[in-house]
Amino acid sequence: MGITATVPGKVHITLKVNGEEMEVSFAPYKTLLEVLREDLGLTGTKHGCELGECGACAVLVDGAPLLSCLTLAIECEGRAIETIEGLANGPELHPLQEAFADLGGSQCGYCTPGAIMTAKALLDNEPEPSSQRIKEAMAGNLCRCTGYQQIVESVEKAAGCCRHAERVKA
Amino acid sequence: MNAKKKLEVVGKSRRRVDARAKVTGLARFADDLTLPRMLHCKLLRSPHPHAIIEAIDVDKARAYPGVHLVLTGKDFPVPFGIMPVAQDEYPLAPERVRYVGDPVAAVIARDEKTAEEALELIQVTYRPLPTIASPQEGLEQPETRIHDYGEQGNIHRNQSYEFGDVEAALAASDHVFEDVFFYEGNNHMAMEQQASLAHIEGDGKLTLSSSTQNPHYLHRQMARALQMPASQIRVIACQNGGGFGGKCDPAGHEIVVSKAALMLGRPVKICLTRQEVFYQHRGRHPILMKFRTGVSKDGKLTAVHLQTLLDGGAYGSHGPASTFYSGVLTPVTYELPRFKFEACRVFTNKPACGPKRGHGTPQPRFGQEVQLDKIAAKLGLDPAEMRLNMVTQADSLTANWLKIGSNGLAECIRQVVERSGWKDKHGKLPEGRGIGIACSTYMSGAGVSIYWNKMPHSGVQLLLDRSGQVTVMCGATEVGQGSDDVLAAIVAEVLGIDTSVVRCVTGDTGLTPVDLGSYSSRVTVMMGNAAMEAAGRVHELITAAAAEQLDTLPEQVVMSQGRVFAADNPNHGMSFVEAVVLAETKFGTLGAVGNYSPPKQPGKYKGSGVGPSPAYSFSACVVETEVDRATGMVHIPKIWVAHDIGRAINAVHARGQVIGGVYMGLSEALMEEQAFRRLPPKLSAALVHRIPSMLEYKTLTALDMPDVEVMLVEDPDPNCPFGAKEAGQGPLLPVMPAVANAIWDAVGVRIDEVPITPDKILRALVLKREGKTPRIGPESFPEVPYPESVFVLPPGEGGDGNESKNVSRPSAQSSQSSHSRMEVTAS
Ligand code: FES
Ligand code: FES
Repeated sequence: MGITATVPGKVHITLKVNGEEMEVSFAPYKTLLEVLREDLGLTGTKHGCELGECGACAVLVDGAPLLSCLTLAIECEGRAIETIEGLANGPELHPLQEAFADLGGSQCGYCTPGAIMTAKALLDNEPEPSSQRIKEAMAGNLCRCTGYQQIVESVEKAAGCCRHAERVKA
Repeated sequence: MNAKKKLEVVGKSRRRVDARAKVTGLARFADDLTLPRMLHCKLLRSPHPHAIIEAIDVDKARAYPGVHLVLTGKDFPVPFGIMPVAQDEYPLAPERVRYVGDPVAAVIARDEKTAEEALELIQVTYRPLPTIASPQEGLEQPETRIHDYGEQGNIHRNQSYEFGDVEAALAASDHVFEDVFFYEGNNHMAMEQQASLAHIEGDGKLTLSSSTQNPHYLHRQMARALQMPASQIRVIACQNGGGFGGKCDPAGHEIVVSKAALMLGRPVKICLTRQEVFYQHRGRHPILMKFRTGVSKDGKLTAVHLQTLLDGGAYGSHGPASTFYSGVLTPVTYELPRFKFEACRVFTNKPACGPKRGHGTPQPRFGQEVQLDKIAAKLGLDPAEMRLNMVTQADSLTANWLKIGSNGLAECIRQVVERSGWKDKHGKLPEGRGIGIACSTYMSGAGVSIYWNKMPHSGVQLLLDRSGQVTVMCGATEVGQGSDDVLAAIVAEVLGIDTSVVRCVTGDTGLTPVDLGSYSSRVTVMMGNAAMEAAGRVHELITAAAAEQLDTLPEQVVMSQGRVFAADNPNHGMSFVEAVVLAETKFGTLGAVGNYSPPKQPGKYKGSGVGPSPAYSFSACVVETEVDRATGMVHIPKIWVAHDIGRAINAVHARGQVIGGVYMGLSEALMEEQAFRRLPPKLSAALVHRIPSMLEYKTLTALDMPDVEVMLVEDPDPNCPFGAKEAGQGPLLPVMPAVANAIWDAVGVRIDEVPITPDKILRALVLKREGKTPRIGPESFPEVPYPESVFVLPPGEGGDGNESKNVSRPSAQSSQSSHSRMEVTAS
């Protein structure tokens, strides 16, 4: 591990976030959530409990959804971190973002980044999930606004769009 | 608007104007904000539920490296509170703490960790006082006073109203049913933890960016508590990560960081932990209720005598309003000739209760709708038919002088009955499965402001210029419900443009005209009407200017789909931008304001200000259940809900509001509870929150949520913009009683309290097997020293809306003794 203590009490490492290498110094006890939000300015990732109970802070690490409030940032060196900020392709929204925006999957929007990232991990692994599978995958992402129905509908629609895009590419 | 056109924006399913920011992570919530030189604040909270603060020693904390400031109650001599009659809170408790979690000191430091470490160095000497855990205890122990204001002892508010001689009506009824219900308190648990950032602008003025639903009321209370002119303060409501009423009260921490920023000249931020959110609370009041209801043979109501007892927690909050709301909307759903309503709110040593989605009305709605189900069962009537036969009418007055405008309740009932297959299911499903119905109503905005004034409830300002941009400014606050989208949609509809052309600037007391806030489901109607007026004025200017160019009359000019043209010659016209240029050329700088005040209400008695609304929404709900008789677990396969919304401004999001309300109602029905327990005496006997975490405070997840079928009943209300009524609160209300009624249909037990947990069902099933009354719920209602009633004759009995003094009511004196002559059914 290339951890060097340049500032007393801090570690200095390189994190790979949304495909970009970012150098950052932080106190070693800081969680990935804190480093993303406070040290890298990536405030798209939210928090509702900071105790691993709500899913608002979910990001992808090496493709798997992880609660960033329970993950130490130093453990993420060399791993691929994906956050909501990296999802759109330039001005073009990801199908999940399109679907959440169009179908009411997002009301206050606070749970949305965590929900979308969790859904992305699901669709990356299972392009055709049943609605039951979607509900299982999203069960750790609490939402107080939507009643989940329009979130599930959004993920279903996005799955259809992703599959369509794949077919067009092929 | 003269030249009529079809609706082009309103009513369609559209992407919300703020959707893109939310799905990309760009939406900025309060805790997402940072500023150079920003410091962090943490609060020290009381470990005692009730104690005198004898001394606070902050010297060590002050000397701790990295600490910039330590504040205590001494720094805040002026109390505050959202209601002028209940300003009983201090940002930091000066001499007495009243619940576990009451803030007593604040540390402002270079980072949160340093502030937390310094908190541990503060030494507070407390002298514990006896504690009050429940309203019953509060009534029994008046000598342990939590506040030294209020009606008497620990009674915060106490009131009684009688609309017509209720005892006489009960005595003349074929049946009288008497039931006691309890509804446990619960928390909003908005996903966003409250955060606030205060800083001083270059011109020396204070700005607070905060998670708040009511920037206007917060603005006023900051001026009060900080003792500075409101003109020197700007409050910005950030995007709110859900509110549900939890961010309505001005909060102590908002005032603390403001004071700190003023003293230090540096930005100061605080973000509450989830545990602190449970302490800040202001959630649903636990309410004990007793209904005495008179019914005729054919199942029509003759009179209701409702008594409520509210557990207010430690502070006033919205309490005076909550007390009224625990009854005033009861007569709005069904024809009710006479109504008596007694309510009492008692202080207890627990976090303050306040407004949560439905504010005070879900509790009595639960009681009334479950009681109706019992009445139908006793009288052998179909519960849906019985309700349908007694719904209130459009354009009518209730016994307590509320004016109902449009009323789609009958249609709501018909639709849920039809879609759910009610007739084939009710009483006919196999044992263990059941179906239940309930209805409700809610206000589209409170008719009276929280503080007395005659100014508008909502103001909107529109600015346009030669670029074609349309900026609309309003103090209304986006809490997730889609208020910005409603604002943009209404302006866009009137001006014949797309919502993407409209820029919304909202919830900022420094820039936007006053709107009272996002509470009481008022925004669509009040902000919407103000926006209609402002946009109508701009429409007039543009059509006048365009008419000259088009050589036609202004009334003939149509604004549609980004174009402006003559109605009889659609091809001959101009773009919206060209028309704006003409208007700016003709009239000078373009803009307009609009505002809205609710119509005058017919009730004139003291207290008649709570309950009136420009329009009431109505909902009906059918819930299907499967009850596992071995475990008491309830499975809900499906819910049907019909909501009389007047008109949906944005169809997909109106549906989302309804489903979201049903979700929250179902979650309350089955599991949510803000419960407390006493520690053993050797651990101070403190009253502590049993579950201040998201893990222990159970809510429904995506996996638990049933399929919800939504039917929007659209019968436009003339008081509302494009006829649109509220959708944010009403659809929650019928869910809890519909669940209870479905459980009765499934397994024949009555759970007369919320939440309806498996242990209660199991206990009721045991009672049933033992041949006892298969019911779980409160056994009795305590003696409450309600005051003498304000007597008002109902509209149907020749009243004029005023209190009738000196009415001779022989039955009033002997109210309880008349029981013996009636058939009283403890249903
Ligand atoms: S903030 Fe990480 S799970 Fe709630
Ligand atoms: S959209 Fe508000 S919490 Fe999910």
